[in-house]
Amino acid sequence: MDFFQILSDIEKVDADVYARFDTRRRVFKHMGGLGKKITAATLPAVLSTMFTKAYGQTTALPQIIVDTLNLALSLEYLEFYFYSQGVTSGLFTGNDLNAITIIRDDEQGHINALKGVLQSAAIADPTALAYDYTAGGNLTPFASPAMFLATSQGFVDTGVRAYKGGAVNLMGNKDILTAALNIHSVEARHSSHIRSMRRGYSTGVANTNGTTIAGLDGGGAGDALPKSWLSLQENGGPKPTKTVANTAGPAGGPLTAAVYAAGTDATKYPADDNVMQSTVNVQSNTTPPTGLTVTAAAASEAFDEPLDAAAVKAIARNFITALGVSKGLFS
Amino acid sequence: MSTKIISSSQPQMTDLDQPLYTPIKRRSFFMYAGATAGATALILAGCSKSDSEPGIVSLGSGNLGVLNYAYALEQLEAAFYAQVVKTPATDFQTGELTYFTQVAMHEAIHRDFLKAAIINVAKATPIMDLTPNFSSITFTSRASVLGAAKAFEDLGVAAYNGAGKLISVTDPNGATYLTVAGKIVSVEARHAAYIRDLITPGSFAADDQVDATTGLDKSMTPVDVIMTAQTYITQKLDASSVGK
Repeated sequence: MDFFQILSDIEKVDADVYARFDTRRRVFKHMGGLGKKITAATLPAVLSTMFTKAYGQTTALPQIIVDTLNLALSLEYLEFYFYSQGVTSGLFTGNDLNAITIIRDDEQGHINALKGVLQSAAIADPTALAYDYTAGGNLTPFASPAMFLATSQGFVDTGVRAYKGGAVNLMGNKDILTAALNIHSVEARHSSHIRSMRRGYSTGVANTNGTTIAGLDGGGAGDALPKSWLSLQENGGPKPTKTVANTAGPAGGPLTAAVYAAGTDATKYPADDNVMQSTVNVQSNTTPPTGLTVTAAAASEAFDEPLDAAAVKAIARNFITALGVSKGLFS
Repeated sequence: MSTKIISSSQPQMTDLDQPLYTPIKRRSFFMYAGATAGATALILAGCSKSDSEPGIVSLGSGNLGVLNYAYALEQLEAAFYAQVVKTPATDFQTGELTYFTQVAMHEAIHRDFLKAAIINVAKATPIMDLTPNFSSITFTSRASVLGAAKAFEDLGVAAYNGAGKLISVTDPNGATYLTVAGKIVSVEARHAAYIRDLITPGSFAADDQVDATTGLDKSMTPVDVIMTAQTYITQKLDASSVGK
């Protein structure tokens, strides 16, 4: 049996056959690859149609999916307005400005995609006024590129962990799960680049384009020279010793250490230095390439850890204003 | 697709004498990838009942198929990076060998974890150790190594992204498998972004990989991924039942 042959045959008598299949997106990809009916110019319209077709019946979406996507959406707004201000802040020029702009635009795309899925169930745009990127005066993200990138790293790493933690909630809807996964890996790409940029600024070099050495971890408090991936618990992240008394946040808790710490249920959501995957200790289980040793750091780096919604919200609540609280953001 | 001769629960190599790879299929893939009009017939040929041929390593079906699929890709990546570390490019720039050494470790960890998970969690038999064929890669050349690394990492990201929906929730371990796949894919995406930046600075999320309008990364089906990966693997793989 050849699925595509069948589709091709049916198409001869029914031009709309692709629209009648749930797997249309996959079919579309093949058609796009052949340069047949869909060109780059018409792609956004086609994609929009697909979202509408695939997810049009919002009322049928289970609450767990709505809640998971709305948390993702509110995190995307948090990131979008942060990068928007980063673009206009004057902190960055040249390649680095391009990178921040790309990331901002990707976040806008994610917002649109999530709104397309949620439709009327989507939360309203909280606006920039709902977010406080100083975390109640504890951070100065717009004081310097390095500070901006440090804060950014905290956001994007939280985002990666949040999408990962939410994925299981979306398993009931394959299209939505795939869309979420396709956002998740982009957030990880952003994290990689932000970390590379941070290394550059930490050594006094702007516009490194993410090409500073990836595998050298500076360590130390704040870990100003992070790897391009998460290693152990990142020494608590950019601002480990800052604590917040935010009424909506974890009282007196460390500001960025929570980004890399265990979630509410440490068994399901371990800290990022975890080396136990399922029942396997991946440090002792691995046969390394000749001459190398598997360190606990390497074992932790090979896997990013998920974070549960409650822990994600607790981190994010440090970054909302009274307006954000009144809108019920991350509540 | 229903005429499988290899038990999906016991993936194995059946006929080592069989031609490993036929030119027509490779050509069909490249025509397909190259967006060439008129390639439809060849694509269909490439998608035909190859799983009824002998000499094929079937990745199996259902969730075991997904695990074997990931295991096959991680075997490929681990072998590639191990070779890079063993015979570094003569024109690597400062720090690049450090990078590749660390990634070689990550991929070895992924490979051995997946094998252990198939045995200990899925209680099944993993596919055989695959034999890489890296004849198209010039390991002494930085450009060749970076290009191959980018291809492997972006392919890995698209593969895991596409595999998520194939994981069955009726399997009590389904949620565990999805979570583990999520834990791995973001690390692959971090690698991909860095390698992209090394090749073309600032291309960590370039339009050829991340859709400029939606901000979505790519996802690919197992059959499409294996078509690409097959170039680098001596044994012929059959991914047609993965997740089914």
